Amino acid sequence: MRTIFALAGIVIKELYRRKDFYVLFVVTALITVMMASVNFFNEDKIVRYLKDITLLLIWVSSLVIAIGTTARQIPAERESRTIFPLLAKPVSRWQVVAGKFLGCWLACGVALAVFYLFFGVVSGAKAGSLPVLQYVQAFWLQWAMLAIVVGMVLLGSVLFSAPSANATICLVIIAGIFLLGGHLHKLAGSQPPVMASILTILYFLVPHLEWFYASRERLVFEQDLIAWTDCGLASLYVAAYVALFLFLTWVVFRRRILTTN
Amino acid sequence: MSPWVVGPFLVTAVFTAATCFQPRALEWTAGRQTDHLLQVLLGDGRKILANHMFVQADVYFHSGYYPSVFDQKHAPKDASHMTDGEAESGHVHSEACDHGTEAHVHTAECDHGDEAHVHTAECDHGEEGHVHTEACGHDHGAADPEDEHMKAMAFLREPRDWIEAFGRRFMVTEHKHLAGGTEREMLPFLKLSAQMDPHRIETYTVAAYWLRRTLGRVDEAEEFLRAGLKANPQSYEILFELGRLYYENRQDLQRAGNLWRAALDRWNRQELAKEKPDLFALDEIAVRLSRVAEEQGNRDEAIHWLQLVLEKDASPSPEAIRAQIERLRAAPRDPK
Repeated sequence: MRTIFALAGIVIKELYRRKDFYVLFVVTALITVMMASVNFFNEDKIVRYLKDITLLLIWVSSLVIAIGTTARQIPAERESRTIFPLLAKPVSRWQVVAGKFLGCWLACGVALAVFYLFFGVVSGAKAGSLPVLQYVQAFWLQWAMLAIVVGMVLLGSVLFSAPSANATICLVIIAGIFLLGGHLHKLAGSQPPVMASILTILYFLVPHLEWFYASRERLVFEQDLIAWTDCGLASLYVAAYVALFLFLTWVVFRRRILTTN
Repeated sequence: MSPWVVGPFLVTAVFTAATCFQPRALEWTAGRQTDHLLQVLLGDGRKILANHMFVQADVYFHSGYYPSVFDQKHAPKDASHMTDGEAESGHVHSEACDHGTEAHVHTAECDHGDEAHVHTAECDHGEEGHVHTEACGHDHGAADPEDEHMKAMAFLREPRDWIEAFGRRFMVTEHKHLAGGTEREMLPFLKLSAQMDPHRIETYTVAAYWLRRTLGRVDEAEEFLRAGLKANPQSYEILFELGRLYYENRQDLQRAGNLWRAALDRWNRQELAKEKPDLFALDEIAVRLSRVAEEQGNRDEAIHWLQLVLEKDASPSPEAIRAQIERLRAAPRDPK
């Protein structure tokens, strides 16, 4: 376990050494502050549009950080040949996979916490109230969702040759799930039998990330808290997918002959 | 050559060129309208965005409970529900008819026609919708626009599987309209919609409605309507809404009457020749003109406007209009 945490620590350090997070945070902050200063009919209590935009930026930024950070982990180790001394430590391949996953997920959590802190300060100042539990719930659900994303990209990093290809493909798949994931079964109803079967299988196969995105809307429209038992069940759902992705990553990675080319 | 010489030389050359070309560049664009930056950047695509912004305002109005692109057949077809205190067909306004913030608050004299229900003196309406009492003389077979809207927006069917059922626990599944001042949350999208497409008349009337009715921003509503009128000088809808602002918020009968007359004039010019004219708007304008005339003590004129409604078959409840005419004829003459 100590090895896994050591590997995770390296990934977290990498996050704050790289500029991705800072750039995304500054862009988010700038757009948010700019939008907050816009005057709409002299109504200074309008806040939902600001929450909407800021949360959208946070979702996009966190996805970019998660995909960008995870996609380059294993390929970068191979390219710089640090994977060889690492595996000679001895560190087993499953520990590498687990360490990389944990590091990426924790790094996303740290970045997300900073984003939510900023979001809470801005929207709290504008609205005059801060429903902390709603924020904590939204944060947790988003972070849990990022675990699936990290797991998926990690699997992609051992399947695809280049990090850029992996990042692009994963981004398209994730965007597709957000847009269509919850509607595949509806689409299947209007398709010919073969296509309908494919869509139905996909519907039951893909991780339903759109559930977690709905928590963003609940926060924007000031809805009641989601039941904590449902949050717990959603977390178990995430854990199952993460376990599956990590297992598949390990299966592919343990058979992979590592070369420097 | 030293870069210290070349650098300043290039900067000077660029600056000189800019000063030479700038006046000419202004001449090139002199014939064009000086548009908003977004309009220049987006071209006609801004109309699509304007529509999207308007829909977004509607999403906010429903607190996020809104059909997705896959449930479009359940999406609201027009924006009348966004000003649902207004658009009920068959409503004949009289002096005693009082409208509340979101739904109607009907009083004893409030008379509705066939298509909407017929309210009587004892009819009690709540904040969120109708509260029917025993004495409420509604024709319950007839459709209530609010109920119709609630029914139309019930786009969530029984979940087909556990994934859909579980997903619902995270979604916004309660159909709730903004109320109690939170209507202000729609305004950014309405303003953006107007900026993207200044010829989208509905945007001005809906925004002005909420600004003056629930948010108390009468000056802002007037300013917005006037901006809309500047962009759409032939719009009878904006003139009508402006008239309502003067009538309901400024209690200026004279101006309200003038504005509604101007609205009627525009309506005649635009709608009269059409195969399917906007009779609902004619009904609204003429009934209000009648009310102003009545309040000014001009009973004959009041009757004239109501007769116009009957003549054009503009009212969905002509019986109510006839009853109103009879009431006006029977009322004792003011000694003044």
